[in-house]
Amino acid sequence: MTGENGMSSLRDDQAYFDELVTTATAALVGDEVLLANVSGERTDFIRLNQSEVRQAGTIDQRTLTVDLVEGRRHVAGSIRLSGVRSIDDARIAALLVQLREQRRVVADDPFLLYNTEPTSTERIERGSIPAPDAALADIRTAGANRDLVGIYASGDTFSGFGNSLGQRNWFQSSTFNLDWCFYLRADKAAKNLYAGFEWNDDAFAAKVDWSARQVAALGRDPISLPPGEYRTYLAPRAMEEVIQLLSWHGAFGRRAHETRQTPLLKMLVEDVTLSPLVSISEDTANGVAANFQSAGFLRPDSVPLIVDGEYADTLVSPRSAQEYGVPTNGAGDAESPLSVAVSPGTLPTASVGETLGTGLFVGNLWYLNFSDQAACRTTGMTRFATFWVEDGEIVAPVDVLRFDDTAFHLLGDRLEGLTDDAEVLLDTSTYGRRSTGSARLPGAMVGAMRFVL
Amino acid sequence: MTDLLIESQTLEDRLRSVLPGDVDYASVRLVDERSERLTVRRNQLEPIFNQFDTGVMISIWDAGGLGYAATTDLSEDGLRSAVDRARYWATVTAGSMVTTAAPRNHATGTYVSPVEITWDTLPLDDRIGLLQQQSRLLGIDDRIVNWGASLVRRDVDQLLLTRSRVGATGRIEQRFRFVYPSLQATANEGTNTQTRTFGGHAFCGQGGAEVLGRYGFGDAASQVAEQALELLDAPNCPTGVMDALLAPDQMVLQIHESIGHPLELDRILGDERNYAGTSFVTPEMFGTYQYGSELLNVTFDPTVPGQLASYAFDDDGTPAKRQHLIENGILVRGLGGAVSQERSGVPGVANSRADNWNRPPIDRMANLNVEPGASTLEELIASIEHGVYMHTNNSWSIDDSRNKFQFGCEYGQRIENGEIVGVVRNPGYRGISSTFWRSLSGVADTDSFTVMGTPNCGKGELNQMIGTGHASPACKFSNIEVFGGEA
Repeated sequence: MTGENGMSSLRDDQAYFDELVTTATAALVGDEVLLANVSGERTDFIRLNQSEVRQAGTIDQRTLTVDLVEGRRHVAGSIRLSGVRSIDDARIAALLVQLREQRRVVADDPFLLYNTEPTSTERIERGSIPAPDAALADIRTAGANRDLVGIYASGDTFSGFGNSLGQRNWFQSSTFNLDWCFYLRADKAAKNLYAGFEWNDDAFAAKVDWSARQVAALGRDPISLPPGEYRTYLAPRAMEEVIQLLSWHGAFGRRAHETRQTPLLKMLVEDVTLSPLVSISEDTANGVAANFQSAGFLRPDSVPLIVDGEYADTLVSPRSAQEYGVPTNGAGDAESPLSVAVSPGTLPTASVGETLGTGLFVGNLWYLNFSDQAACRTTGMTRFATFWVEDGEIVAPVDVLRFDDTAFHLLGDRLEGLTDDAEVLLDTSTYGRRSTGSARLPGAMVGAMRFVL
Repeated sequence: MTDLLIESQTLEDRLRSVLPGDVDYASVRLVDERSERLTVRRNQLEPIFNQFDTGVMISIWDAGGLGYAATTDLSEDGLRSAVDRARYWATVTAGSMVTTAAPRNHATGTYVSPVEITWDTLPLDDRIGLLQQQSRLLGIDDRIVNWGASLVRRDVDQLLLTRSRVGATGRIEQRFRFVYPSLQATANEGTNTQTRTFGGHAFCGQGGAEVLGRYGFGDAASQVAEQALELLDAPNCPTGVMDALLAPDQMVLQIHESIGHPLELDRILGDERNYAGTSFVTPEMFGTYQYGSELLNVTFDPTVPGQLASYAFDDDGTPAKRQHLIENGILVRGLGGAVSQERSGVPGVANSRADNWNRPPIDRMANLNVEPGASTLEELIASIEHGVYMHTNNSWSIDDSRNKFQFGCEYGQRIENGEIVGVVRNPGYRGISSTFWRSLSGVADTDSFTVMGTPNCGKGELNQMIGTGHASPACKFSNIEVFGGEA
């Protein structure tokens, strides 16, 4: 498995995973069932500050997770795969021994559910990614005479599911992701993202040009606004933070609904609704995440979560399905969307400044959390490019502001409209490994947003 | 899976043999982790999860370039491929680096977490039994709609081998044993949902089974459940300017967000501006800036036995020792490792750390502690005419310069005329770091001083999640903007 750059190649990872699952299946005892998941990446990364390199390198990793089932008793574990067959076979064999030993002391799991109707799938998205030195040269050219800070990450990521029942699912993609800012001074910066499957010089140049123009706008003297309520436009990147906070805290998950921990609790208990302009779905068909989950269930193309401001469905993991007696819809254990989409509205994207008139243009929000989760009262900061606009024209950048408001206002009674264009936003997170999450979001015009500090 | 890789002389010889001697600095950092996660939710054992994670990071600094290569392939061929890849990156980046200041340490030494009671005394079925017992103590009322008890153990062995062009070599072996217990009870009535926790963001550390006793894990469940129910009937926290008395398990967060992160030299140098953010602190402030009142004394102390981020060396191989960051309110030292110190010219500490073998080290908090003062907790309460005593963080938000913050807690106690007069729900407060610590008007003594840690601090590009230690007594802050939740 040695590739052209001297480290292992992913070309054979699908076949390798299949071999490992087949070998492990042959080692099962009695009526044991094996559920196996693999995830991995070969990532080149370049971290930059002041248009120079801070750190750069390559990460080559793959993780195998096994759930060893006997009847309704099961224990799970994971190992890192070395890519060397003899080593990995030994590691898997040792893991199975340990899982069997631990299984002796566990009782039946009433919430165990895995797919017993094997459906094999394969999705491979091959990209055209520049060599690291070429990418670095392009990025440094863009950053010449500017203060560029950020991260470039590229390469293959993959995930797979296999079980002893013969099911195999594979998802693999080759992508690049440049997540960067041009900084003007202190905390004044224009943030941008260039990501995809094929690097295109013209597309990158257009992104750089957009950022350069934003930085120029930041050059005006900033103003500090006092706390109060302001008419506000939330750009798609700012909307992403609002939707992410809701997602991470169970707004769309079955378990959080049943245990009354959802931040949208008022929608369950008091028939409160969001604005009829708001429809939210888990849009797997148009996302970049795998369409299968760790127990072997496939995700439907779309799960409607909020329709015209009202609850439609929730994301249901296999365990929740068993616990609450509802069908699973292929959600992961976190029951949080991986490919969330908010339907666009009718506000012309090209003229949001004109529609805003006088108020705040918020390019990015940052560090959101709840002031009162049960009431969905949320706080967070403006960040990067936030401008004061008068009569549709940018007047000045605005020093950072803290908001404290509820989603029932921002996406509810104070939402005036959503833009007619929904932007595709790839998740740049790299905790543990590169994320395959994404969001498709419009901008939102809010009649009044409450700022407190 | 019981053979410890760190004890394999064959592997160590192989790692040593692939380190090149024709570069300015080379290192290989092996991380071998074994962990177990046990959770009982609503009296039902969730699937046990075991994790075995092994890999190495090769680092090469040469001729002004720096390259990393991380791999799970520990065969000689695999390691040599990784070395080649790191060399490639060092070549590609030469001439375009922010810094060419390679680590200079080639230290030799060891560290082992202090373990008083090994887990052999509490075998798996007993551990599960303990959690089930705690779970039953949590689910005591129909209004408690979700509850759980969990125990995570991580054994992490690290071996850092270094080599320089001039023949210097280093060898650092560190064996960490981490324990993370937690309890949670969520109570609901109508639109009012209240959660009380134990552990979570604060009560974790290094050691063996004694860590459970250190924090009173076996005695906490009943109080967690009762306080969750108590909060359902409690009024919202009052809104206004008043005194805030922060319990140690809220001080963890206050220290972390508004002292720790602002003092990280890599943030001050701009490395984090695209993600975690920058800092309101600038290099010229060190040595003169009045960060807090004269009651404020903050140490970087990796020597505290059993604290979550105790160690003997950071991941650049710099020996770690206790040092003051803030002394009598004056900012004296930053949180930056050898590389950041050379870049910034600011004095720092040994805190260049990576969260795993697959990430390069960056400046992180380790143990960052507020030193105890002279007042008893009772004296602090008695000194408050109108205020709220806040316990256990549940919400945190702060701007990218680590200045304007807003934090929330699970459980509040209203103080009037020097006495605790009742419980309030959804207590929160906001402030500005650069001035907040100057409102520190009381620091409790060693009686309330608690050694804690928080397991999940996110930072860096590539993203890294690492544990940090914090110790503090209860602290009083005057004239703070306090608020409650929406009714």
